[in-house]
Amino acid sequence: MTLGDLYLISPELSLASLALLLLLLDLVVSRKGFLAALAVVGLVVPLVLSVALWLGLDSTGPEPVNTGVLANTLLVDKFSLFFKFLVIGTVAVIFLMSGEYARKFQRFQTEYYALVLLSATGMMLLASTIEMISIYISLELSALPLAALAAFRRDSRSSESGMKLLVLSGVSSALLLYGMVLVYGFTGSTMLSDVAVKLDGVVFSGGQPFGSYALLLGIVLMVAGFGFKITAAPFQMWAPDVYEGAPTPVTAFLSVASKAAGFAVVLRVFYVAFPAEALSLQWATVFAALAVLSMTVGNLVAIVQTNIKRMLAYSTIAHAGYLLIGVAAVAARAPAGSGDAGPSGVLFYLGGFAVMNLAAFSAVIAISNRTGSDLIESLAGMGRRAPVLAGVLAFALVSLTGVPPTVGFMAKVYIFGAAVNAGLAWLAIVGVVNSVVSAYYYLRVVKAMYMSPALSDEPLAPEPPLRIALLGTAAAVLLFGIYPKWLLDLALTAAQALHLS
Amino acid sequence: MDSTGSGLLSAVVFLPLAAAAIIVLAARGDRAVRQLAGLAALAELALSGFVFIRYDRSGDRYQMVDRVTDWIPIETFQVQYFLGVDGLSAPLVLLTGILGMAAVFASWGIKHRVREYFAWLLVLQTAVMGVFTSLDLILFFLMWELELIPMFFLIAVWGTGRREYSAMKFLVFTFLGSAFMLVGILALFFTEGINTFDMTELPAAIRATTDFAAPIGLIFTLLFIAFAVKLPVWPFHTWLPDAHTDAPTAVSVLLAGVLLKMGGYGMIRISVEMFPDVIRDAAWLLVTAGVVNVLYGAAVTIRQTDLKRLIAFSSVSHMGYVLVGISAVAGAGALPAVGLTGAAMQMFTHGTITGLLFLLVGLVYDKVHTRYIPDMGGLAGRMPVLAVAFLIAGLASLGLPGTSGFVSEILVFMGAFPVWGWGTALAAFGIVITAGYILWLLQRTFFGPRIERFGNVRDATPLEMAPMAVLIAAILAVGVYPSFISDVFRDGIANVIGGAASAAAVAP
Repeated sequence: MTLGDLYLISPELSLASLALLLLLLDLVVSRKGFLAALAVVGLVVPLVLSVALWLGLDSTGPEPVNTGVLANTLLVDKFSLFFKFLVIGTVAVIFLMSGEYARKFQRFQTEYYALVLLSATGMMLLASTIEMISIYISLELSALPLAALAAFRRDSRSSESGMKLLVLSGVSSALLLYGMVLVYGFTGSTMLSDVAVKLDGVVFSGGQPFGSYALLLGIVLMVAGFGFKITAAPFQMWAPDVYEGAPTPVTAFLSVASKAAGFAVVLRVFYVAFPAEALSLQWATVFAALAVLSMTVGNLVAIVQTNIKRMLAYSTIAHAGYLLIGVAAVAARAPAGSGDAGPSGVLFYLGGFAVMNLAAFSAVIAISNRTGSDLIESLAGMGRRAPVLAGVLAFALVSLTGVPPTVGFMAKVYIFGAAVNAGLAWLAIVGVVNSVVSAYYYLRVVKAMYMSPALSDEPLAPEPPLRIALLGTAAAVLLFGIYPKWLLDLALTAAQALHLS
Repeated sequence: MDSTGSGLLSAVVFLPLAAAAIIVLAARGDRAVRQLAGLAALAELALSGFVFIRYDRSGDRYQMVDRVTDWIPIETFQVQYFLGVDGLSAPLVLLTGILGMAAVFASWGIKHRVREYFAWLLVLQTAVMGVFTSLDLILFFLMWELELIPMFFLIAVWGTGRREYSAMKFLVFTFLGSAFMLVGILALFFTEGINTFDMTELPAAIRATTDFAAPIGLIFTLLFIAFAVKLPVWPFHTWLPDAHTDAPTAVSVLLAGVLLKMGGYGMIRISVEMFPDVIRDAAWLLVTAGVVNVLYGAAVTIRQTDLKRLIAFSSVSHMGYVLVGISAVAGAGALPAVGLTGAAMQMFTHGTITGLLFLLVGLVYDKVHTRYIPDMGGLAGRMPVLAVAFLIAGLASLGLPGTSGFVSEILVFMGAFPVWGWGTALAAFGIVITAGYILWLLQRTFFGPRIERFGNVRDATPLEMAPMAVLIAAILAVGVYPSFISDVFRDGIANVIGGAASAAAVAP
């Protein structure tokens, strides 16, 4: 390890240091509000370092040079930096929305912030890893703090939530590990790029029954392990209970950052280790099937939910389905150079999903802080009581539906475009029909807010940090919906880096 | 930014949106909101009138173009901001301006959540203007979908009856249709050799292509379904009576007047021009659906007892003529041009006539507080102005010569009859039924013995008469001197067909 290596992983190091610093200061500082503020401001350091790394990659010439770190187990390229921006941004918004909610944790407020930071560190590492054991370790680093966070409210629901997350996360890790073992056994390497080299030229036909089937089994087990992380059906069972029981900011963190990191590693593993055409068409089919299942299950079950956190959990499952469409769209054809349409669609969608889902969660937190209820019916009349909050929530839900002028619309257009381009027009049709189903339950919430009489006339106003989170995310939803070029460029550049790793 | 254009059409499209933003953010008090909305609607009418007048029939096909070529400049996904009008869209822009103005002034009596109401109404107008002027498919689709949410709110909050059900039904039907359209658009774009969303280049590019990303029939169908839901074509029409009946008056005016025309516009602009061969093969289906629309719609209309629902079903019937007109594309020589011009004229005239009818129904309801036809009678004595206006609109609706309804229907029949003799004959029978329900309606509501209950019902106020007068003027003007609209349409249609005809020349 050299100093250069330290610089390359400095965003992760600074994030983990921030967590430790908070814990230390907690012993001497009695004003928790100061530590919360420090947690937000401290995020500037990893952000600046990530930007510096991005610019460093730019300055090396038109072709981005990927730099291997720590015996080539980590890679700092634009793909991983994209996810670092995404995770840091998400953590910032989560912290802004947590202020009032976290005060409920009293003595343990600082631990809450520290755990979120540690989990985020794992997610950032996850986006960088190019070696299977490191993937496994980063995954555990990101998952364990989450289990503690889910149980943070320490009531029965929250404890159940934490327990479920812990047990099922363990099961899925075991599946993943078993899959990795099989792949390692077949190829003799844990490095993703070596796996690809070994598999290049191997003929996957009936001629090699055992070997290729073992490999396929390994791949399928890995899909199952990652499927848990990204809440893809049929590995989604844990999500609704966990989402409902966990503290709401943690729910938001789970559904945005955790999922984004999951997709990062899915893209990395499948596009780097298994790009061979014969193989990629096989796993693309698996992902296409998962996409159909996730969209359909998520959207249909969301219809009958009465708790908005549960509803958003199912909507997260559905959106995992839309995202998987992008993963499945490997075989892009025309026009030339559109091979990155699938991955860049996933990245763009993740960025858009982050801002729109965070906007929705900010509003839900602001409302439930005051009303003490997560039921959809308790949102009745919010259009009058809290025009800004209700406006942001409605706008975020419209965006999740995929109606213009929002980023949700652009994201859907782009990711379905990738599917059509990959010859998966049928998958795009399933996707658009599903988005019609989703309109029904998203707009039911809008209907409650604007068309049902209010339960009380008391106006509702969120505290300033939460208001920043609300308006900031809503502005981003609108901006990327009207002028997506910026985010799209970023996503495309990041996706192109995927080939070079 | 690589942008060209005068900004005139951008102003037409975004003026209502800007007014809506000012209303939401800055206007104080309901009075100010109304005045601002009224001002914006008048300005919009003036602008759309200016666009119509400025359209030069001897000029380029697409005029007043506003274009930013690098809106979304990703090489593999190039989307432009591209507005322009041709002979097909210029009259529809004018129609939207007229009806938008009528809708705003018809809403003067709204008392509930005034600010939101006018904001949504204006956003809706932006969306419709955008659909008629967009020349990039993604922009077209964006505008097409932009109309959903305002409409949902307008029906669900300010409507009557089962308004939330109707609003959701409208939304789900339209959204489903447009969802298919998105896949169709994407399948076109990702076909090798096309790779453009530019609607001015697409017809030629599609003609030059044989190997599509999806079967061309499927692409056509995906796009057509969206238009069919919007027009609406039987059996996709069931959202229409509910939405119309439960929507507030002004929204019904816009819905019948311009939103349905988005469907017809899409059929001509996209289905006919871009897929000439497919639509020629499918023309028998169009004429069949058209006849079913006309006859089924008319038959159901007769049985209605709710004034507003009656007018709503008559729309289903009248939109059938648009389909019959379009089915003339299968004909030879000048027939397609005549039929399509008729279809376009039918869209324009139905917009003014049915817009007026819904306006009048709303006024009648405001005054007598019922829409149940058997409860009414002898209203002409109490409200002569409304009665005369209703008579004019009704007669125009049944196609009396001298009104605009006659012009469009005769063109449709002239174009379609030589191609689809029996179909057209059956569709023409719809006029007889129309005459039946319109005259019967007038007799039951405005004529006959006076009813005491309505003794102190008042006639329309001057403010209410203003939008009526504009629409009546439009109906009579087109009836007496149709060519100031139809020449423009004919010009636009000639270009649409020009694309389609050279397809035959190019095809091996």
